[in-house]
Amino acid sequence: MAVANEPSALDRVTSDPVSRRKLLAVTGGSTALAAFLAACGSDSDTTTMATNGGGGKTGTEQFGKGDVGILNYALTLEYLETAFYADVAKSGLFKGSDLETIRKFGSEEAEHVTALTGFVKQMGGKPAPKPKTEFPLKNAKSVLELAATVENLGAAAYLGQAPHIKGASVLAAALSIHSVEGRHAAALNTLLGKSIVPDGAFAKPAGANEVLKSVEPFIVG
Amino acid sequence: MNDQNMAQPELAAVHVEVADSEDLSRSEVILKGALAAGAIYGAAMVGPFVGRALAMSESGDVGILNFALTLEYLESAFYKEAKSRAKASGDLKSLIDTIARDEDEHVGALTETIKKLGGKPVAEPKFDFPYSGMSGFLKLAQTFEDTGVSAYNGAAPQIKSKEVLEAAGSIVQVEARHAAAIALQNGSEPSPLAFDPALSEAKVLKAVEPFIQ
Repeated sequence: MAVANEPSALDRVTSDPVSRRKLLAVTGGSTALAAFLAACGSDSDTTTMATNGGGGKTGTEQFGKGDVGILNYALTLEYLETAFYADVAKSGLFKGSDLETIRKFGSEEAEHVTALTGFVKQMGGKPAPKPKTEFPLKNAKSVLELAATVENLGAAAYLGQAPHIKGASVLAAALSIHSVEGRHAAALNTLLGKSIVPDGAFAKPAGANEVLKSVEPFIVG
Repeated sequence: MNDQNMAQPELAAVHVEVADSEDLSRSEVILKGALAAGAIYGAAMVGPFVGRALAMSESGDVGILNFALTLEYLESAFYKEAKSRAKASGDLKSLIDTIARDEDEHVGALTETIKKLGGKPVAEPKFDFPYSGMSGFLKLAQTFEDTGVSAYNGAAPQIKSKEVLEAAGSIVQVEARHAAAIALQNGSEPSPLAFDPALSEAKVLKAVEPFIQ
């Protein structure tokens, strides 16, 4: 698989989290567009938006071509989850078995980061940079709710990418992470007294643009 | 099929993995294994092997979907029966109701998809679930859900159609959610590993075979 060694100026802009956030703010900020993306579901990530000012990449393409882009997109989400659990563990809001669960989930997200980084490198790509993150950690309940939101979104994000993955081994890896995100989501939903299957018997996918927009508030540079 | 493999009839199924890379169709290999096992162990041993071979006699996506359908039949029957048998109450009772509904919908969706692809859905086997009490139920439920997750994860990369892959993905996530919820009821880790293992069809069928009559 051919992966460009020299990123274009646009690639550099779009792989820089700060610029990417600005780009998203410009291209994905309108309510109408957000509604459209939500309606597009899993297909939105392969759609080149006509409204992005011409030439701007959306979805996983901004992280690289094909499977490398998808892996780097997943890596960005895993970095975010890892940082979130690390902050929560340090916050002092949790003790005992809840703290154990948070540490356990956090360590699994960290393993996902390592695996995805290795995969990107193996494919000759450049791993996406670790974003700077900030999360609102007010009280135990709101943090658990945020954790559940992030995990449910993460599971939907992997599900949204699965049909676009070309390589069988990449797909196998993504699936083995996907179901773990699903487990995390269900466990957190249980702690909150929410349904373990909010979408019913069939989990719903989420496209990359939709997911990135949802996590945008937590990326500060 | 050599004599060493025949010492344990279930190895006939494991042997299939080797044959996957060859030209022989999987069902052919399984049938041969089944007949050989029958010659040694008698007809009673052959039943499950033949059932398995029939379940996979269609290649490609339909074969995978029928394999998944067999597992969903098992789960659906298990939870349906548990509604009266497991003597659950409170949270566990509503969890069983939810999971029973999900598995039933999976059976329906897989059946429809197989028909849409021009295939023939496999018939529902008869099951026997040897457990007693709530703890026995939870233990078996954990096995089935974890096996279900690994079965879908193992089969999915071989799926050709994007639509079928998407459907399988949306089902496996729900199985993983069930697995986590059951684990919490069981007092065990909802997510014991950072990566859910994938299992081959042969290994999955070997795991569920004792419950198929």
